[in-house]
Amino acid sequence: MTTATETLPQLTNDEIKRYSRHLIMPEVGVDGQRRLKAGKVLCIGAGGLGSPAAMYLAAAGVGTIGLVDYDVVDFSNLQRQIIHGTPDVGRSKLASAKDRLHAINPHVDIPTYETALSSENALQLFEPYDVILDGTDNFPTRYLTNDACVLLGKPNAYGSIFRFEGQASVFATKNGPCYRCLYPEPPPPGLVPSCAEGGVLGVLPGIIGVIQATEAVKLIAGIGEPLIGRFLIYDALRMHFRELKLRKDPDCPVCGTHPTVKKLIDYEQFCGLRPAAAEAAPVNASNSLEISAVELKQRLDRGEKLRIIDVREPNEWQINRIPGAQLIPLGEIPRRYAELDPDEELVMQCKMGGRSAKAADFLRSVGFKRVLNLRGGILEWIDKVDPTQPKY
Amino acid sequence: MATTKILIPTPLRPYTDKQEAVEAHGATIGELLADLTKRHSGLKAHLYNEQGKLRSFVNVYLNDEDIRYLQKEQTPVSPGDTVSIIPSVAGGCAECSADL
Repeated sequence: MTTATETLPQLTNDEIKRYSRHLIMPEVGVDGQRRLKAGKVLCIGAGGLGSPAAMYLAAAGVGTIGLVDYDVVDFSNLQRQIIHGTPDVGRSKLASAKDRLHAINPHVDIPTYETALSSENALQLFEPYDVILDGTDNFPTRYLTNDACVLLGKPNAYGSIFRFEGQASVFATKNGPCYRCLYPEPPPPGLVPSCAEGGVLGVLPGIIGVIQATEAVKLIAGIGEPLIGRFLIYDALRMHFRELKLRKDPDCPVCGTHPTVKKLIDYEQFCGLRPAAAEAAPVNASNSLEISAVELKQRLDRGEKLRIIDVREPNEWQINRIPGAQLIPLGEIPRRYAELDPDEELVMQCKMGGRSAKAADFLRSVGFKRVLNLRGGILEWIDKVDPTQPKY
Repeated sequence: MATTKILIPTPLRPYTDKQEAVEAHGATIGELLADLTKRHSGLKAHLYNEQGKLRSFVNVYLNDEDIRYLQKEQTPVSPGDTVSIIPSVAGGCAECSADL
């Protein structure tokens, strides 16, 4: 990324004034700032990680900051997605983010791509950029971003968060490891909770996103020791950073010595979120192992004996609950299922239906015969049956 | 036998009564994890697949080194070592509309 100095753009007088705290540091200086001005970073996602990252990149004078997102600002984003404000609720995240970034620094160019990153568009989107900043929220896009970075030879400033723990690294540099060297395969769907389900400490993405931005700035300016071959783990509750070694796996299917992945694949399928096309089932196939919120209400109204087991955590239970439900958090099911009557009909319930499906599978595996999963969880219950309760 | 400290990542803490670190016995990583899953049975499905192999989205570190580059589950554990379980985490975090 060290472009010959003479081809770098010059700084205007306004820019010299703005970036003076960089310019007086020999590690950045005028040439480093010109590199930043020529630099192009693509942020995948304008959410928790993308917000602080893009804001600092703009302030630092990275000349082009691309944003990929297709979401709309929601009230529940504002606890951590600081690029958006209360008046932005309902606006496209891209429009909101672009306004904020231009308010911070009108000298930077903000191309926006209102689309979901896909195997069809990723290579073309990434092509003009120097660094890709992965601030996505799901495994298919993580693997897609990684593979596209490896195939194009673009470094990936990676960050990921869950509750109060964050991870960061720089993947896919020329001699460094990639995300697949670390995790060759994704977890099966449902085994790892999402942020919407597990929650996230609002300040956490601030730390991790700014680490990603720091790495992007260092890579573009060509300074310091990048976070390559190192995996940084941050625990906000303990205020503790740990660093683990990462090695490039010679057998890595995408960046190893004999790669088997030479073009982008179907990542939804790779992550088990969609069966292979040939065996795809009709989307609305009725499922005898599930029950809808409306059906559940009708059966309760008829006075049928159904026991509802809420497998969420106690703090979620405090927000809302279905009357008559009993709380047994998912993690406690394996040692508490003896409290349940195997002859009684059980309805397992969580926030959206994922955790309760796991609980139902578990109960069936230990011999329970009459176990239903509440499709859509309590959110669907609130939408369809009891709109007076708050949603989260 | 000496015990070894195992650091439990946030997503797996529901299975260790919310503890961030637990102790287990064992002379090798394999023995240690077997003892760990015996003490906290809910962890088993998260660490091992149906064939009894460590899942590929869960990495185990002895101090700061990935056991895949040591002797895998046969890696000996010495007094004072710390073992970490590091699962992959996808959060970014918008409102993940995933399946959960």
